[in-house]
Parts: sequence; structure tokens; C-alpha cells
Amino acid sequence: MYIHKRRSNKEIIGGSITKRRKIDGRNQNEHCEATENRVACYRVLDDHGYPIAGTTFDQVDEETAVRMYKSMASLEIMDSIFYEAQRQGRVSFYLTSTGEEGISVATAAALSPHDIILPQYREAGILLWRGFTIQDFANQCFGNEDDHGKGRQMPVHYGSNHLNFFTVSSPIATQLPQAAGVAYSLKMDGKDACAVAFTGDGATSEGDFHAAMNFAAVMEAPVLFICRNNGWAISTPISQQFRSDGVVVKGQAYGIRSIRVDGNDALAVYNAIRAAREMVVREQKPVLVEALTYRVGHHSTSDDSTKYRSLKEIEEWRRSRNPVTRFRKWVESKCWWSDEEEAQLRGTLRKQVLKAIQIAEKIKKPCLEDLFSDVYEQVPSNLRQQEKSLRQTINKHPQDFPSDVPLH
Amino acid sequence: MAATILHGVGATTALSSINYNNSRRSLPERKRTSLVIQCDGSLSSGLNISNNRGAKLSTNAVAQSKQENVTASTTSKPGHELLLFEALREGLEEEMERDPHVCVMGEDVGHYGGSYKVTKGLADKYGDLRVLDTPIAENSFTGMGIGAAMTGLRPIVEGMNMGFLLLAFNQISNNCGMLHYTSGGQFKIPIVIRGPGGVGRQLGAEHSQRLESYFQSIPGIQMVACSTPYNAKGLMKAAIRSDNPVILFEHVLLYNLKERIPDEEYVLSLEEAEKVRPGKHVTVLTYSRMRYHVMQAAKTLVNKGYDPEVIDIRSLKPFDLHTIGNSVKKTHRVLIVEECMRTGGIGASLTASINEHFHDYLDAPIVCLSSQDVPTPYAGVLEEWTVVQPAQIVAAVEQLCQ
Repeated sequence: MYIHKRRSNKEIIGGSITKRRKIDGRNQNEHCEATENRVACYRVLDDHGYPIAGTTFDQVDEETAVRMYKSMASLEIMDSIFYEAQRQGRVSFYLTSTGEEGISVATAAALSPHDIILPQYREAGILLWRGFTIQDFANQCFGNEDDHGKGRQMPVHYGSNHLNFFTVSSPIATQLPQAAGVAYSLKMDGKDACAVAFTGDGATSEGDFHAAMNFAAVMEAPVLFICRNNGWAISTPISQQFRSDGVVVKGQAYGIRSIRVDGNDALAVYNAIRAAREMVVREQKPVLVEALTYRVGHHSTSDDSTKYRSLKEIEEWRRSRNPVTRFRKWVESKCWWSDEEEAQLRGTLRKQVLKAIQIAEKIKKPCLEDLFSDVYEQVPSNLRQQEKSLRQTINKHPQDFPSDVPLH
Repeated sequence: MAATILHGVGATTALSSINYNNSRRSLPERKRTSLVIQCDGSLSSGLNISNNRGAKLSTNAVAQSKQENVTASTTSKPGHELLLFEALREGLEEEMERDPHVCVMGEDVGHYGGSYKVTKGLADKYGDLRVLDTPIAENSFTGMGIGAAMTGLRPIVEGMNMGFLLLAFNQISNNCGMLHYTSGGQFKIPIVIRGPGGVGRQLGAEHSQRLESYFQSIPGIQMVACSTPYNAKGLMKAAIRSDNPVILFEHVLLYNLKERIPDEEYVLSLEEAEKVRPGKHVTVLTYSRMRYHVMQAAKTLVNKGYDPEVIDIRSLKPFDLHTIGNSVKKTHRVLIVEECMRTGGIGASLTASINEHFHDYLDAPIVCLSSQDVPTPYAGVLEEWTVVQPAQIVAAVEQLCQ
């Protein structure tokens, strides 16, 4: 069925739009199920760590590049040791960033320390870059009294207000509308900083993701949305999560400038984030960066991903598409890194992490009082009453109460 | 015996100190005087009292019925008359003037002035950024408010109708109430979430929700309900100044109540109940719109020779067990009149709480009058009968006092 219309640019709601002549869906501008015409991906280094001819990028200086590499390797090592510690029963839960080290570290390197991070949960690399120590990580995982969170959250749910890193909150995508609020606050202050909100591919199905993007666009909020599209949301592959061409097209739908980047290419990520951040702060408008990567590890220690994907697929990404190795090859090609330094880094770091775990294990837990404090700004009478009642119970039955939780 | 479990004699413990330590912010702090008014007339100071301001504040926190003036023993001016929604706006405006971090966000709060005109005129005065119109996504603008609060602002999030805030439950429960705790005290969330709720006049079931019953379990939040222009303004100011997240429940049918309120600045305590009418036969506990049904019933009861003590509990979380307890010890009979549904409402929790703490002082089981466990019907007559009416209150008191 055809509907003939005269071609005209009339003003209608939303601005002037050209009319189309047919309803017929074979119009070449249609893109729905996108198998062809996918959005291109920005990439700088090839799989062997060599710059691809013809790409534009800013070089990273030696100091930054070496620091980036060391952080990525540290994250890789720290993750594997903590994972093992969980398997040994020393830590109750852990979540690795294996395969995605490039994204968090390169992003952290490209941002300013004043930019406020709203993480999902796989962004420990940013904390590492900003100065969270291995001991800090261990303390949080063990929930001891030196933990900044006072032992109240699960392992990996780090938070640090002085490093501008919001405490991780488990429900998916809740941090996205909060990012709009953070950006709003920064905008009111006219600060040279932006809000940086992370999300995974799965989180883009949540209503909060869409509303947050819409808000940020309408309110011209300086938010940098970074989506780590790692192919899997626990056992759900992206083909069952959405049918669009990934996440980058969703930004466009909200009127947000978006770019797709190879998340396993740390140099590309650095460049893309650098440019995006500058755009966000200068123009006070949101930008979406989709970083394509792969979740090499299991979703967390509560998951065994070999149950829903092939070992072959995992190994291929771990071996030949590893972001750490790829960046290492580039850094070595510039003669900024050597095998000796590599061996030394790995040896020292391994010892450091093991030591931190040993120390954290021995530090005592937060005291009983911390069960009731910080619910409100000051402890109210009903909670004091509940604490008193609990202490009475403990006095009567001390043998039923864990011995490593101090009463005072 | 039961009383020793409670906090001791004296004023109710405040859940937050009124303190502005926003060292992360670049905007200058402005310290002002404020006195928190306790129900027994004593004053506790929030900040330093500066002598040159010479502010005389009303010491009488007992609001009279809408026809009478609020008595204020130390005021020199007669006060001014306004409607409840104007009182809310006045409180909001004073706080926005006082502290540049205070901002408002919600649907149609800007130039439209809000669906009940609580924010009318504020966008013109403070700009579009401080009185922000948001797209229609409650979970998201509540989340936005939380993010802003964590970064140093003091947002007031308006739900066009409280019922819509059910969409924001995730943000309110999982983040607003929790993040101060789970971050180990590193981030605070001084947010105020407010909006009209309760059964109106044929607004339909979805617009007649009583959200206080759903939210009351969430740890980390405070809940207050205003009922008069006087307490509306005082509670609004207190909620904004509190560093805890506070949910302020307004009622759709109370916005046009008129009352004369003091000209001087005053802030009420968030954790205190209000004794509306002293008495000795029975303690009637109520809040929000039901206060007026109770007072109407009280007139009838007085004519019949009863002397009910009416307390507007105001603070829904936590309950002011100090004031309530003193009343129970005096009258030994309790009637709770609420608009919540029977199951799991504020009345249910209050009944349990009073039984737990004051069991020995009761001469009769606590009676609780609530709405039925039905969605509010649209038909006017049916709607009227889902809400507790004065006649039922009179009957209940008579029954209780036998």
C-alpha cells in the first residue's frame, strides 16, 4: 500500500522533518535487526600490539604508559590471587575483572582525579590507579575494622569518598540515574569535572539505564556513560539481552553522542575517553562510550561459566585477545618495558597481595557497635534499645556468638 | 518497668544534628540560627545562637484547630494567615534562601509550580536549575536526587502523587536508606522526598495510596506526616536541614487548610508527636487527615461527657514513644485512628510497639481503626466508607471506655 505525499519540510513537533513517500519497509535508511551496517569500532593497536596504519591517536608518554601497564598487570594478578583465596574459603565472595583490565585502567588514566566515578562492580582498576592500596582491597574483602565501609558490604563493593569513587551498590543500573544527579551537582558548581557512570551490557535492559540517558540528555548533564559490553550477563549472552546493534545505538536514540571502542585496546580506550571527557566537560552534555570486550572470568565466584559457554571460546579470548598482553607488546615495542621488569613486577606483587591477605585476615572485625551506627546520622533510641537487647543475649550465651567480633 | 527500656526523661533524641559540613562544596556556607522546638516548650539549639539576630521564636508547638490562632507567648507580632500548601512553600523558600545547596526536582515543579502549587514561583526566583523539571521516570529522578545528595546538594524530590513513588521503591530502599550505612558513613544522603498521598475525592485507586505503610520498614529513612500549616512548614524545614533521608507525607485533601502561623522563623522536631487536645479518659493516636476526623469526633465525645486526649503522632518513623507513653500511662486506653489499610499499616506497627513497651499500663486491648484492605473505589459513597468516619471513632471510644 502506498501513501503519496508531496515532499516538504514542514515544522512539526520536534522540528522540521522530511516526509517520506512510502510506508514500504524496504527503505534503505531503515535499520532494525542490525546484522549489516553495524556502527564502526575505534581501535588503535592490532592484536599484536602494533599501531594500525592510518589510525589517529594521541601517544601516551612513557611514564603514563608504564604506569598503565603496571596497573593492568597488578589488577590481573590481584584478581587471580583473591579469586583463589575465595576458593580456599578465606574470602566469602569475589568478582574478577579478567579480560577487562584495559577498560578500567585506561579510563582512570584518561580522567581527572576530580571526576566522580559511579561504578557497577568491575571497575577496581580505577581505584587501583587512584591510589587504593592492595591492603585497602584486602581489608574490604575481609570486612575488617580497617575497611572504609566498616565491614558492611560484600567483598568487591568498594567505596571511597576521598578517591571520588561511590560505594558499589548491588542492584544493577541504580547508579545511572544517580550519575545524572552527580552531574547536576557538578554543573551547579561549575566544576571542571564530570560524573562517570559504568554499566554492563545486561544493565542496559534496566529501565534506569534508559531514564538516566534521557535525563542526562534533556538536562544537558555532564555525564560520561561507559558501557562495558563484555558479551555476557551471567549466563545471558547479548543475543538474548537486546536485538539492537549493541549499546552504542541506544545513545543515539536519546540524542547522546556515542562512540564504540575496542575495550581490549587500552590505547584506544585512553584516547576515546580522553576525547569524550573533554567533550562532556566543555559542552556540558552527556556522551556514551561502548567498550567492546569479553568477560574471560566467571561472572563471580558464585558462577561456573563453563556451564553455558565453551572452554574453547574462553581460552581464545584469554590467550590471543588479552588486553594486558596486547598493551604489554606495545609498551615493549617502545622499549619502555622488559622481561626482567615483568618478572620483578609479578614476583613482588604476588608477595604483596599474599601478605595483604594474611594481614587482613588477622585484623579484627568491626565491633558490635558498628552494626547499629550510620543507619542514621546519630543512633536513635530504638536502635540503641536493639543493641542493648543483643548484648544481653550475647552475655547469656557467649558460646553461640562468633569470637572474632569485638564487643567494644 | 516497661519505661526503663526507653530513653530517659527529657526530650526525644534527635536523629540528626543540624550541621552543615559540606567541605567538598565550593559554595560558601551560611550559618544561621535555628532553635528546635520541643513539645514541652523547652528549646535545644542546633547551631550557635547569634545575639544580634534577636529572633523571637514561638515556644508553643501545640497547634490549635484551624479556627484559632496559634498562641505564642514570646511573639510580638500577630503572625500571618496562609493555606497549608503555601506554608510548605514558605518553608521551602526560606530554606532555599538560606542554603544554596537546597534544590527541588520533580515533574512539573518548575514553571508550572507543582501539581499542588507547592513550588509555585520558585523557578522564577531561583532559576531552572535549582527548581528542576524532570522527565517522567520516578525511579530515575529519585536516583538522581540521591546522587546529587551524595555529592553535597540537599535535594527535595517531589512525587506528583505519593503512589508514583512506588516506582522509586528500589532507589529509596536499596540506595537512599542504605548507602550511608554500606559506605561506612563516607557518603550521606540529606534528601527529602515528599508528595501528596492518602485518599482524596474520587481520585481512583492508583492515586489513593498510603505509602507510609510500605516504606515504614526501610532502615535508614525517617518518615513524618504533616497535618496543619504550622507543622507543615516546621517539618518541611526540619526535613531539609536533617542529614538523614526524610520522607514527608502530605495529604491531598489538606492543602487548602488555613491557619495563622508565626512570622518568626521556627523549625519543628522530626521525631516528636503533637498533643492536640489534652484529656484523661482515652489516648487517641492519629496523623494526617484523620486528625480532623478525630477532632470532629472529639466534639461529640465531649458533649457526651468523655475527655479524650488526642495526639497527632507526626513522626511515623520513629514513633515518639516518649509522648505516647506518657499519655498511655495517664489514660490506660488507646485508640489508633489511621487511613492506612488494616494489614501492615502504621497502626499495626504502633499497636505492636505500644503493646511491647506499655503493656502493663493498658486497661483494655488497643483498638485500631483503619481503612479496609481494599483498593479505594472510585464511587464517592464507597470511597467515603473505606475511610474511618467520626461516627465510628465516637462508637469506638464509647466501647473502649465501658
